[in-house]
Amino acid sequence: MPVRLWWDLAAPATQAAGMRRLTVDAATWVRAAEEFAAADAHLLALWVARAPNQEGFLIRAAFVAAGAGLILELPIADCDPPYPGLEPFFPAASRMQRAAYDLWGLRATDPDRRPWLRHAAWPEDQYPLRNPAVMAAGTGISEAYRFVRVAGDGVHEIPVGPVHAGIIEPGHFRFSIVGEKVLRLEEHLGYVHKGIERRFTDFPILEGHRLAARVSGDCAVAYAWAYCQALEGMVGMRVPARADWLRALCLELERIANHLGDLGALGNDAGFAFGLAQFSRLKEHLLRANEAAFGQRYLFDTVVPGGLHADLSQSGAHTLGDFLSRLAPEVESLRDIYDEHGGVRDRFVGAGRVAPELAARLGLIGFAGRASARGLDVRIDFPCAPYTDLALRRVTRTAGDVAARVAVRFDEVQESCRLSLHILKSLPSSVHRVECPPPVQGAFGTGLIEGWRGPIFLALEAGAAGAISRCHPHDPSWQNWPVLEHAIIGNIVPDFPLINKSFNLSYSGHDL
Amino acid sequence: MFKTIKRIAAIGIVTEAAPPVDPQLCVREILQKRIRALLGRALCIRHVDAGSCNGCELEVHALNNPIYNIEGLGIKFVASPRHADLLLVTGPVASNMRVALQRTYEAMPDPKMVVAIGDCGCTGGIFGESYASCGRVSNVIAVNVAVPGCPPSPTRILQGILTAIA
Repeated sequence: MPVRLWWDLAAPATQAAGMRRLTVDAATWVRAAEEFAAADAHLLALWVARAPNQEGFLIRAAFVAAGAGLILELPIADCDPPYPGLEPFFPAASRMQRAAYDLWGLRATDPDRRPWLRHAAWPEDQYPLRNPAVMAAGTGISEAYRFVRVAGDGVHEIPVGPVHAGIIEPGHFRFSIVGEKVLRLEEHLGYVHKGIERRFTDFPILEGHRLAARVSGDCAVAYAWAYCQALEGMVGMRVPARADWLRALCLELERIANHLGDLGALGNDAGFAFGLAQFSRLKEHLLRANEAAFGQRYLFDTVVPGGLHADLSQSGAHTLGDFLSRLAPEVESLRDIYDEHGGVRDRFVGAGRVAPELAARLGLIGFAGRASARGLDVRIDFPCAPYTDLALRRVTRTAGDVAARVAVRFDEVQESCRLSLHILKSLPSSVHRVECPPPVQGAFGTGLIEGWRGPIFLALEAGAAGAISRCHPHDPSWQNWPVLEHAIIGNIVPDFPLINKSFNLSYSGHDL
Repeated sequence: MFKTIKRIAAIGIVTEAAPPVDPQLCVREILQKRIRALLGRALCIRHVDAGSCNGCELEVHALNNPIYNIEGLGIKFVASPRHADLLLVTGPVASNMRVALQRTYEAMPDPKMVVAIGDCGCTGGIFGESYASCGRVSNVIAVNVAVPGCPPSPTRILQGILTAIA
């Protein structure tokens, strides 16, 4: 049965957003997941929450397909056997289930049972989200993680990390290689797990957007918006039209800034330092324009419940408009230079290829998915205001290599510049913020925003007296990290930084 | 090639003047004279993200852009703690990163300095201390200079680094 029919069966999750919830038994859980996979739907997130009666738990999985967003809920009790894992239909589910076990102690049936987020910070038989009294008591020295060993003549391993050789987030990569050729890459993440999901419950629900913005600092706007969308959906409010439009402006500015930074770094990783100098200069000017317009270079705490922290002034709008109309042609001329540079083309084309069939099988998502013919863009396929009123052009490629991801980023910079300029011209004149009342205890809401990396999903539940009882933020990096392991196969080790940067996945957003 | 050279010539040098030293950022006396005598202004920095949201990394990155041009001041980021004089730490210290941070610090040759970046590095920030977070950097290794902000601007970060070697 198509996703849309399942959606029709389900109850709206919130009063405002289009996501719906359906409680299922174990057999229906499996059947639905199988049908969603066959219908090419995307798994957005898998997480655990306490059942409303406080007895037992709910395994939740969120899916999205064109025009339909659905959350399946599988109630389970402590004494139940392991719940059916979704790895056979959505391979990315495996790590989400392992993380859920580390935090809740609830097992899925899938075979990989190695710990994922728990290294050695807390004891094996303690589950920090189940029992809030758990404190750090581990040794800090990780027991050896059981990497999959590759055997054969001349095969050896290169361990990299958690501390990497640049200014980047920490994580461990284990390469199995012959000569320079990578036979296998296995990731071991979780080093920056800092207890964000439990930390949310320390915040009043009307202030949780501040923590949400810091789940992954390069997606501050997307996370804060997803949080506010969930919260505003719970209380059934609409923010003023001007706030919708300004949020979209901030989201597109965030997309442009990140793409500019990565386009420069990609040039640098291909041995073309000129690219880094040029793009990092443009990015700096964009951040300064952001600061002039919103008082924040990276737009932290700009999106708040009920609207925007501060309105965009005439002069701020002018600064941004002026900069963006100069930026678009500058980026286009740099694109010509990249396209005509033999050395750069040689490194980009064919490197780190994820063929469309593999991308579909593994569930690649976000802009990297769009570079491998996976069209999903939440701004188009499951839009919230104001994207419902903006004619956004979908950017896709089919080659799935570094060159394709670079091309998608170049196109998206242009499209976001166009969109931002359009927003600046057509900003509705209303107030920029209204008060958001606290939701009632037990209210549930979801947010879904297309961040620059891909869809940012967030599920929020209200506790008593304006508290948060559960908040699960979900980064698209969960889906894409396992695909990176495939993208590198058959490439040479020196191309890994380039291929890795072409995805630029989040560690913090994944490790939580 | 012509387009590339033309562009380099057209844009020219965009580097701005370095900010002044800010003694208020100093939280712990360092063997400054000894270090300065050894290093002059040439400084090698090793960066460790001990649990940051990645916001501070973005601003540390900016130091390498042509506008802040930290290498123009004789300061560079290096890939190994063995080559480093100064450890720049971002984030609260995630429990899973505590040992890696300590080992990086221990791998650096003496004399060495530590600069903690951002509200998280200074106080534990929004993540605080929990089952998974050791909080501020100075809970794990000795810190000489602490630069608050969420995230601090590149200018503030540069000020913190220059203060450490003032």
